[in-house]
Amino acid sequence: MAEEYPLTCGIEIHQQLDTKKLFCSCDSHLCDDGHGSCYRRLRPTTSEMGEIDRAALAQFQRNLGYRYQSSPGVSCLVELDEEPPHDTNADALATTLTFSEMMNARVVDEIHFMRKIVVDGSNTSGFQRTALIAMDGTMDVNGKPISILSICLEEDAARKVETTDAEVTYRLDRLGIPLIEIATGPDMHDPEEVMEVALRIGTLLRATKKVKRGIGTIREDLNISVPGGARIEIKGVQELRLLPLYVQNEMNRQNMLIRIKGMLNDRNVQPVAFEPIDVTDIFKDCESKVIKSALSDKGKVIAVKLPGFKGVMNGENGTLRLGAEMAQRARTKGVKGIFHSDELPAYGIDPIFVDNLRDFLGMNGEYDAFAICAAKEKKAKDALEMAVTRANEALVGVPEETRDPLPDGTSKYSRPLPGAARMYPETDVPPIEITKERMQEVRNNLPELPEEAEARIVKQYGINAQQARQLIRQDNSDLFEHIAKTDGMASIAATTLTNTYGELETAGIDTSNFTEEAIIEVFRMLADSCFAKEALPAILKEMGQSGSDAATAVKKLGLEAVDESEAVEIIAKIVSERIDFIREKGMASIGPLMGPVMGALRGKLDGKRANDLLMEEIKKVL
Amino acid sequence: MSYSDEVKVLLEAAGATEGTTVTLEADGRTYKGKIMPHHEFSAPDIVILKMKSGYNVGIRVDSDSKITVIEQPAPAVKKDAEVEEKKGLPTLVLIGTGGTIASYVDYRTGAVHPALSTSDMINAIPEIRDVANVRAKVLFSIFSENMDVAHWQELADCVAEEINNGADGVIIPHGTDTMGYTAAALSFMLGNVSKPVVLVGAQRSSDRPSSDASTNLMACARFCTQGKRAGVFVIMHDTQGDDSFAVHNGARVRKMHTSRRDAFKSINAEPVAHIDKDGKITFSCDGLPVSKEKVEAKTGMEKDVVLLQYFPGMDASVFESVIMNSKGVVFSGSGLGHVNSSLIPLVKKACDNGTVVVMTSQCLNGRTNMNVYNTGRDLISAGVISVLDMLPETAYVKLKWALANTSSAEEAKQLMQTPLVDEMSDRRLF
Repeated sequence: MAEEYPLTCGIEIHQQLDTKKLFCSCDSHLCDDGHGSCYRRLRPTTSEMGEIDRAALAQFQRNLGYRYQSSPGVSCLVELDEEPPHDTNADALATTLTFSEMMNARVVDEIHFMRKIVVDGSNTSGFQRTALIAMDGTMDVNGKPISILSICLEEDAARKVETTDAEVTYRLDRLGIPLIEIATGPDMHDPEEVMEVALRIGTLLRATKKVKRGIGTIREDLNISVPGGARIEIKGVQELRLLPLYVQNEMNRQNMLIRIKGMLNDRNVQPVAFEPIDVTDIFKDCESKVIKSALSDKGKVIAVKLPGFKGVMNGENGTLRLGAEMAQRARTKGVKGIFHSDELPAYGIDPIFVDNLRDFLGMNGEYDAFAICAAKEKKAKDALEMAVTRANEALVGVPEETRDPLPDGTSKYSRPLPGAARMYPETDVPPIEITKERMQEVRNNLPELPEEAEARIVKQYGINAQQARQLIRQDNSDLFEHIAKTDGMASIAATTLTNTYGELETAGIDTSNFTEEAIIEVFRMLADSCFAKEALPAILKEMGQSGSDAATAVKKLGLEAVDESEAVEIIAKIVSERIDFIREKGMASIGPLMGPVMGALRGKLDGKRANDLLMEEIKKVL
Repeated sequence: MSYSDEVKVLLEAAGATEGTTVTLEADGRTYKGKIMPHHEFSAPDIVILKMKSGYNVGIRVDSDSKITVIEQPAPAVKKDAEVEEKKGLPTLVLIGTGGTIASYVDYRTGAVHPALSTSDMINAIPEIRDVANVRAKVLFSIFSENMDVAHWQELADCVAEEINNGADGVIIPHGTDTMGYTAAALSFMLGNVSKPVVLVGAQRSSDRPSSDASTNLMACARFCTQGKRAGVFVIMHDTQGDDSFAVHNGARVRKMHTSRRDAFKSINAEPVAHIDKDGKITFSCDGLPVSKEKVEAKTGMEKDVVLLQYFPGMDASVFESVIMNSKGVVFSGSGLGHVNSSLIPLVKKACDNGTVVVMTSQCLNGRTNMNVYNTGRDLISAGVISVLDMLPETAYVKLKWALANTSSAEEAKQLMQTPLVDEMSDRRLF
């Protein structure tokens, strides 16, 4: 089935919940500062066969250690793995049950938390606590059913703050924040559709009103494959609007690799043996900065032959880029990069060096190629071995791997796709039975769906549907409803939170910096006639630019409302100064006179009221 | 809670047990997974399945549910690799007793087992073989709250035997709850033992990557091979980090936290030594060097000894029979070593009756001194003895041992007031 589509994609969404931490009573926000530094090691544990994973042990024996910083209010002995977990946070669980029901998923009858082994230090315990809450859900996105494979409740990991050769430092503020993890089926076949699904899940999550908002609080993993390609996981995308770009770029990358495979197979290229050759002598006098600095640091220049790979590492106007893949793989060994023959001469390596190297290696055949690396000998050899391995994989097709998203919409190699997770029961957390009665209770109290909220808001506050939709999409509907409860504020609040916010954004003001309290205060002042509604955009702009509160902004802009007698005085003065004009035009002079009147009173008096007062004053003199 | 009868019948009829892969139909849905052990707190009608994803989920079954066996579990094959001894390295013996340090999870079924074999423990830290040839035996597999006087006696005999058979040191993985008591008991039973005897525990179980078991064990191995110090010790984390370990005198140490890695503290004394993460040992006091002397375990223990925590409102009538029927009573008294005045006549009656009554302080820190206040002087007059800054638990253990290894109450009292293994001191430094 999947082979029929040019793309098959599933997503996994991780959304932080706005509750206390999952297994202790700590607050769940991030902190700018971390204190202390508790040193820990994580040891690979013995398998069920009584054996230790040799690779993991080798890593342990390299003496890699971890340090943990704490922050006041958000970490306690539980985060430091010095105290067993407390009971599962009830709000987080309730929210997950609610969301599972919204996804029409089947909630398990008894929840069992598991320990998923993670030994990179991001969990002090060496495992992530996670529980499968529901399975087999489905949701509708633009009329198409999207399957929901699983909904899990789990702990977020600690934040990495610093890495050195021997230690990685983490901050414990993020560790233990509850996350809902939603995995969709591989049902998406178009890059835009991926974003639509993610958007819809995000909107439904926010409908529970228990999720955190802002950058970093929702993260997406993408599983992408194309026909003839492989399952690639792009992990930790934070920018929703970039989702289609990541998907499109990954499709292009896989199709490019499939093309390269075809070319290499047509050439009958055989896997290359890794045979590093010391070519330092050839580059003794090379002016390339990379090579000079490596050689001055007692490094070497190592080369490998790549017969058959010419033109695929960087060819056809940059559309074939196996070289970039090889370089990314090489960098995992700590080198800055490699140079390959498709890109040389360049980077300060003159043609003479390239020719000498080619002759020395005997790589003069039609498709002969090579790569070099300048670094300490062992590092350079390790890096080139990775590069050769990656080159050989191109003969087979697209290697399965996990990739990191980059800000420009592309991705880079991170690590091989992990095998099945090692999971075993979290014996410190008792199982939680979910009774039929409890699920009925959840069903009876489902939150309003976004489209329901939209219809209700339109009806209740008399604003138009487009505004209501926008308020909900931009997550401002609660704020809107709070303000709109005051008489006469609904229309202006809707316009402000949609159109005016849009204009402010265009003017470079980040409206997400406004706190709800600040906006509520602005509207309270408006309702109390502290300024006229025409002044609202200017006041918000001032608040956005200076970070000041509403009262300060109003004062600074000189927009304090005038009382009526003052206004009458100002208008009477304008009228008396133009008495001849008024006598000549009669009541028709109102229009032209509104200009100077509003010039004097804009933002201080409601426009309509000013018009009324002007009319009265004109009548007086006629 | 165990399964309901209905579930039992259903499982038995299907021929499904722990580890069996089954399909389970319940409430109109079909699940596939491996049957996991029933959790103590699981509802009786819940069957726990391990799904293909690795997650365990509980599924409610009733009489309409169906269980079909897909596959029975393959028998677990466990390799116990033979390890060759390296010439020139000292020999250490590991005597397993149980506890967190020896708990692990069976990945196949997900069950938590209380006993990891001692050889598993060594195999889990292969680097221990770089410093010593290690032999291992499992003496008990119990949590330390179930450790009893008879276990102390058996353990002491076992340690003596291993040392007399040539062990250069003995390491005893032990549950942490009562490790302090066992350490005190071994301290008195083994007396001037000629080799290091180290009790060690873990506050996080060995199956976790973050377990303190392996680093603690490694610190023990280093202390036993490089420390050249004889005696009974406890080695645990010195701080919350994995980079510092404390060596405590076995008669001076107490578990002072329910869960932290550095729960064990020396009270009224500095730890004997500190060990850093690279294995460097720094001693803070003198002690006995190792020797080739044989060891005699004096394991006699008086049965009728009690440890009583004094509390306001402690009623003589409630405790009369307990106190009068004991050959030894240790009070964990208030402050400098007090109980309320109304108990004093009972205490006097017991002393007159030949019971040895020993006063310690529930302050733990600092020495007792019954000369300062009236109550204290009255207690002395009644016949109560004090034992400087000895821990209440150590005093309890020592009193049991002293009564069994002397021929009169008076001799026992003298022994109680004589430091034997640095379990008490008249000087406390600031």
